[in-house]
Amino acid sequence: SSHEHRLNFKKSKEACLSYIQDAMLQKQWKRAAEFLTCYVESLEKDYSREPIGPSEMIWRIGTEILCHHSHSSMKEFNCFMEQMKTLGVKRYLKVCLEHVFHLLCNGQIDEAYQNLSLAESWRYGEQTAIQDKEMKLIQAYRGLLDYYSWSKQKNILLEHGLDGFADLSVEQEMHSCFRKAAVNLKEIIKIPGVWDLFVKCYVDLLEFYGDHNEACQVLNEYAYNSKFPANPNAHVYLYQFLKRQGESKKSLISALKILHDIVPSHELMIDFNTMLQKSKKRKKRRLGLEVIFAALDYAGWKENVKAWSCLARQVKQIVISKKHLDWIKQEWNSRKDWWPAFHFSRYLAKRNWQENKSLSYEKALVAGILLGKDCKYFKYVSHQGCKAQVKRFRMLKKFVNRHNPVYLRISG
Amino acid sequence: RDFNERCAQCSEVNWGLTDGGRYYCRSCHNVTERTREVVNTDFMTNSRVQTISKGSRKQEKTDRGCEWYVCEGFQLVLKKQAEALEALGVCPQMKDEVLYNFWRRYLQKSKQAYCNRPAGETVKALSVCESSTDVDSEPERPSLLHLLSLSESEGGLQTDCSFASSMSKVSESTSVYSGSVDGSLYLMKNQKKKLRMTMPMTLSFCYMALLWLREPITLSELLRFVVEGHIPYLNVFQHFPEKMKLCGLDLKIFCVESWPVYEEVYNKMLELAAFLDLPRFPDITDSCFLHPDMLCIKYLMEANLPDELHNWTCRVVKKIGIGEVDFLTLVPGNKSTRKVKYDILAAAVIVVVLKLLFLLDDHYEWLLSDFAEERNKNNKEGGLYFEFKKWYEVVKHSLDVEQKKLDEERAKYLWRCEKPLFYSDKNKSKVLKRRQMVVNLQNQFGKLSSSVRRAEKPNPSSFQLSWSEENTDGSCFHGHSLKGILQEKCGLLTAMNPDYWLCTVKLCNEKLCGHLAHYREVDFPQSYHFVLRLFSFLLRIQPSYIHDEVCMIEHKLFNKKLYKKLKYNTVLRK
Repeated sequence: SSHEHRLNFKKSKEACLSYIQDAMLQKQWKRAAEFLTCYVESLEKDYSREPIGPSEMIWRIGTEILCHHSHSSMKEFNCFMEQMKTLGVKRYLKVCLEHVFHLLCNGQIDEAYQNLSLAESWRYGEQTAIQDKEMKLIQAYRGLLDYYSWSKQKNILLEHGLDGFADLSVEQEMHSCFRKAAVNLKEIIKIPGVWDLFVKCYVDLLEFYGDHNEACQVLNEYAYNSKFPANPNAHVYLYQFLKRQGESKKSLISALKILHDIVPSHELMIDFNTMLQKSKKRKKRRLGLEVIFAALDYAGWKENVKAWSCLARQVKQIVISKKHLDWIKQEWNSRKDWWPAFHFSRYLAKRNWQENKSLSYEKALVAGILLGKDCKYFKYVSHQGCKAQVKRFRMLKKFVNRHNPVYLRISG
Repeated sequence: RDFNERCAQCSEVNWGLTDGGRYYCRSCHNVTERTREVVNTDFMTNSRVQTISKGSRKQEKTDRGCEWYVCEGFQLVLKKQAEALEALGVCPQMKDEVLYNFWRRYLQKSKQAYCNRPAGETVKALSVCESSTDVDSEPERPSLLHLLSLSESEGGLQTDCSFASSMSKVSESTSVYSGSVDGSLYLMKNQKKKLRMTMPMTLSFCYMALLWLREPITLSELLRFVVEGHIPYLNVFQHFPEKMKLCGLDLKIFCVESWPVYEEVYNKMLELAAFLDLPRFPDITDSCFLHPDMLCIKYLMEANLPDELHNWTCRVVKKIGIGEVDFLTLVPGNKSTRKVKYDILAAAVIVVVLKLLFLLDDHYEWLLSDFAEERNKNNKEGGLYFEFKKWYEVVKHSLDVEQKKLDEERAKYLWRCEKPLFYSDKNKSKVLKRRQMVVNLQNQFGKLSSSVRRAEKPNPSSFQLSWSEENTDGSCFHGHSLKGILQEKCGLLTAMNPDYWLCTVKLCNEKLCGHLAHYREVDFPQSYHFVLRLFSFLLRIQPSYIHDEVCMIEHKLFNKKLYKKLKYNTVLRK
């Protein structure tokens, strides 16, 4: 600040840092580089008392600048990272990892692999044990890249078909990659965390080599082990796997149940509802209704024809059977205050009719049942539909008219 | 000197010492096997001096360089600084006579040792002084950490704990380490009585010499030149000759990592003048640059204020007697009089004058400005009347720009230099590696920078803000008239402003709390703060110091009235 006249090294560098920070926030990379040039001499001072020393600052700031600056190149970046690796042994593996990420983002897979291998072989007394987590990550990412190689080789083999001996070396290499990948991937997913990509790859490997038990176990662990953070994807992966394996509806449904709890708006809810609707068990059908209503609470589903058709089908079926009207009543109870404006406004009626006749059809059916034949939506759409002489709209009108008393029972 | 045997070869008793500590006969240069056993810390006897002058320095085998003493180092620093001042236009007398004599006197008074310079140095040989009497026969083994903790506040290095920790791994009993011979002794002894030399003190020496010669450089200017790099200070050890190796504790003495502060340098100068028993300094008369009347001209120009204000500053100066020779001239050791800081005083006079004429209560000055503006619009003849508002806008703009530049410069300052510093040979390679990395990174990011860092320092200039009458945009106010705010009463020109507010009703005891008054920005009008800020920038000191002088001047000016109206009134009628 202008009033601080007693200027010393420390204050001068603090001020320098704040200028760097401002420049970076405003994306003025040249200016940030200018001040960083002045800041680097802090390396010659001892800061071991501070929580974050200049070497870490320089690493992080320098990385940002080199990423964004228009004149910087990967070559410069690599050179910089190599220097940063020598700066702080306590941070060595972290720097390696981040370097690898950048290489991957720039498509330099081979260099990334080399760096990972190099890092994996690093040993430094007690530091090796202290930086155990980073080492695991490095091994995991190497496993990932091994998977990637495996995948490429697999595709080569599949393309060329069964050509015979020419592919033997490729096949051998492929198996070797598989082994390397499997070992590392298996290790990392043992640690509680979010490992979506690693899990997918590992399961892919297992499935290819026919180890379905292991795959199932892995996916179950990932989805149900309470030590792991709640992760909707875990359930999706499990579901997809079970589906691929042709498992029973029962297991499929149980796989999706938690997903519904965590993410009621998930796209798989349609599949879920479809399965539940067809179930013989009353509880399951009840759940199905709940699921589809819950999904349509979300704005992202407003124009989803499939979802509306699921709801329409189920509602229609309930109305025709005259059983379980109380289910609809229960679901409608908490929605009757806001769904009309949300889904069934006159404006939406017009728009839906113009843009998507099928959508308007399904919605009109639901509206007609839930709000009665006199509601804005149904009136408009059925009128338009009948005017256009589209057969199903005429049928729709008849149906709703016939079942109008139902509406009275629901709303009352 | 207790070796009294006759020489085997020439039978003379005329012994000297080689670097290896062996006795040799001066007559025939026969080297004996006898060595001195006791480490005699009584360095400065004639024999020692002669030994060195015999050129044994040339026979250095170790790369430890030659043996040198801390005061030699400081002498070099002063020499460099004096040369720089000479290059700035100071008369050569300063270096060759005044400063040199001060330094010599200091060495004598502080009973420090000095020795002959090897051939090639241009500084004249200094006479040998009496041997130091305060040296123990057994040199103490001072604790390393104790040494490091000394003199923390004297602009030296912050305690570098890596150094401490690396050194503490070495056995406790090893002697402390420095490239100079007496580095550890230097830091260790209680030198309060002797006024131990420090880097900031070199500037005190320079300023004292400048003052003695009444050169037209104020202390604030001197310090500004130092920061701008025109006078060696930071990293001045770069200029030490190769053979004078700096390491270990020398770093604590010679390497500074903060800029010297006005107060510090000034107070040290007073202490020094008293310590050296200097007589009354040459008179500061009204034709001297340092006289408030003269300095006010400079500052008025720099602040872009009308020349007419000079009449007023002279009147104030005369009224309160701060233009008197006896008031302005420095008499060392005289503790009863308040010492004069010429630059701050002159700035404060201007502030007081502005308060007298414009009141600066965030109200009246704008009112006056409006009147002036009206008048200027309607009447272009007879020159422009000074408009406070316009002046404020113009000056504030420039000030903000310059301040911003200065702040950035401060943030970009490079403190390290090419010459590497290491505490010991142990961390030499680490230091060099680090340096190399720093240079690499500087190159890498320097290429990505927006501007090329200018290699040359800007030319030193006395004026930081300049305003030209030739500018047609009317941004120069020197020639503007104060007519709009003055009136004639009984033949005398007085201000139209009838009021004045005192910065403080009661002055503090400076010796107790360090200030005459305590300045907080929020307690005072913004116009007043702006004016303080302006001079604070020009002089590179805290606004509170100018505020102190303003209080002092006001109390002298309204002395009588203050005695009459005691506690509660802060607004007085003139």
